[in-house]
Amino acid sequence: MPTLESTAAVPVEAPVAIGGRPAVEVAHLRKAYGTLVAVDDVSFTVTEGEIFGILGPNGAGKTTAVECAIGLRRPDTGTIRLLGLDPHADREKIHEIVGVQLQSGALPAKLRVGEILEEYRSFYRDPADVGELLDVLGLAAKRGDYYRSLSGGQRQRLSVALALIGQPRIAVLDEMTTGLDPQARRDTWELIEHIRDRGVTIVLVTHFMEEAERLCDRVALIDHGRVVALDTPARLAAQARGGKTVRFLPSAPFGDRLLADLPEVSRVEREGQHVVVTGTGELVNAVILALHASGVTARDVQLDSSNLEDAFVKLTGKNLDSKGAPA
Amino acid sequence: MSSLSQSLSLALPSPRTPRAAAFGQIVRNAARLVWRQPTNMIGSIGLPVVLTIIFGELPSFHQPLPGYGGLILFDAYVPIIMVLGLTMLTLLGLPGPLVSYRELGILRRLSTTPVPPSWLLAAQVVVQLCIALAGLAIVNIVSVAAFGAPVPKSLGGLALSCLLAIGGLFALGLLVAALAPTANSVNAIGRLALIPLMFFAGLWLPRALMPAVLQDISNYTPLGAAVEAIQDSVQTGFPPAAPLLVLAGYTLVFAFLARRFFRWE
Repeated sequence: MPTLESTAAVPVEAPVAIGGRPAVEVAHLRKAYGTLVAVDDVSFTVTEGEIFGILGPNGAGKTTAVECAIGLRRPDTGTIRLLGLDPHADREKIHEIVGVQLQSGALPAKLRVGEILEEYRSFYRDPADVGELLDVLGLAAKRGDYYRSLSGGQRQRLSVALALIGQPRIAVLDEMTTGLDPQARRDTWELIEHIRDRGVTIVLVTHFMEEAERLCDRVALIDHGRVVALDTPARLAAQARGGKTVRFLPSAPFGDRLLADLPEVSRVEREGQHVVVTGTGELVNAVILALHASGVTARDVQLDSSNLEDAFVKLTGKNLDSKGAPA
Repeated sequence: MSSLSQSLSLALPSPRTPRAAAFGQIVRNAARLVWRQPTNMIGSIGLPVVLTIIFGELPSFHQPLPGYGGLILFDAYVPIIMVLGLTMLTLLGLPGPLVSYRELGILRRLSTTPVPPSWLLAAQVVVQLCIALAGLAIVNIVSVAAFGAPVPKSLGGLALSCLLAIGGLFALGLLVAALAPTANSVNAIGRLALIPLMFFAGLWLPRALMPAVLQDISNYTPLGAAVEAIQDSVQTGFPPAAPLLVLAGYTLVFAFLARRFFRWE
């Protein structure tokens, strides 16, 4: 816990994924709208070939940070490099190599999928093949259909297709699964992994914990315009809990001291009949042995695996908003 | 770092895109949308043609107006009908798609591609310009060929008048696109502006029949000036400078305001 708070104070340079070359470098980014500071101090580096998550509640400054990073907005201070290029000075090159899917964009109802893709394809020097891209995205059968006849998931995939039609080296996807049903969301996740396998670096803006845990190699947690933590989802989750949790039903009553005195245990709580023990190290063994020595058997033992959601609550003191989030 | 960015910029192709092809594609899709949602085309071509035929068939419209140098009522209405079609187009047909592009986030999406979002505007102007020219030409040809309207005395004057009218009205349409927050509000603003504009064009009372005060006001409205310039080109010859200057002035003012207030997102 103290380690997490200390990381919040200094710009985080988290472990860089293997393979090394930076695709996105953001340093000390700051952007204010009048008196409202949307992004206070954000720094992170995304390595080539990585799926990098930017996670935070609505209004945390995620979208503003990303819009600055891709050159849509000019930050007040801070430096940004995309594959070594400056998003403003090298605007044209950036647009060739960075594919962007912005939050909540729609397209004309009465254009066909193929017509839209052909149009966007013509913007790039070395575009992808429309047919192939539609195959990959599972939209091949929809090529001749009007945009308005597409389902939410299909529209989202078309939007991802437009971000990829220029064969970008970096793809930035903002809230790409918001509003999708669980099946469509899982399909989209598979698609993202598939795209990464083709060598594209992916920056994923999301407020879905499950999405970040499932897809991201590393995650930056953003709150109040700052990076409050940056690490792999698993490590963040472990840090947040400050250890593991064992939950069980004791066969006989016992005093809390029995477990609280163990070096591995940091906290003992009661939830009705159940006992919840938080700690570190060989927690389960220590608890079972101590109980056994007192003639108590632990039943219904659950090792609570902490997750990113816990990390988030711990670090920001709040739940992610419930807008469309999976329960 | 610098060596990395250097090697990368070397690896990237030159920043020249196949620009003409891209613009062609944007125009093509803009034209498809107009074709597939033909309401505005009906307003700016269909309605003027139908009015031309109806007025042309009415015997009372072929009487000379007493005291107006033998001007026939139908001939007085042809420029009004031309301008009506143009106004329907620029108040509704031009800003509608532009505002919906903004509403749908398409202008924003485009600003993340190598193509600037202003190209969507330009493409829309190109498509609507073709419709405008077609509408003006059809009304003219039908009125001359089928209903005995005079062949324009000054074709150059007519062309210039039409171009300046298109300039002023297109700039007004872009201003509507700049100010209207939603595609629905374009309809509201357009319909509201249409009535006074068309009144001074003479839709309900041709300019020749207006009292002097109204005629003076009409001279300084965009549509009044347009009707005056077109009518003069048809009836007498190259139009006087006044209506042409009024139209040019509106073009500049509306274009400046549209540029000043246009929001890309």
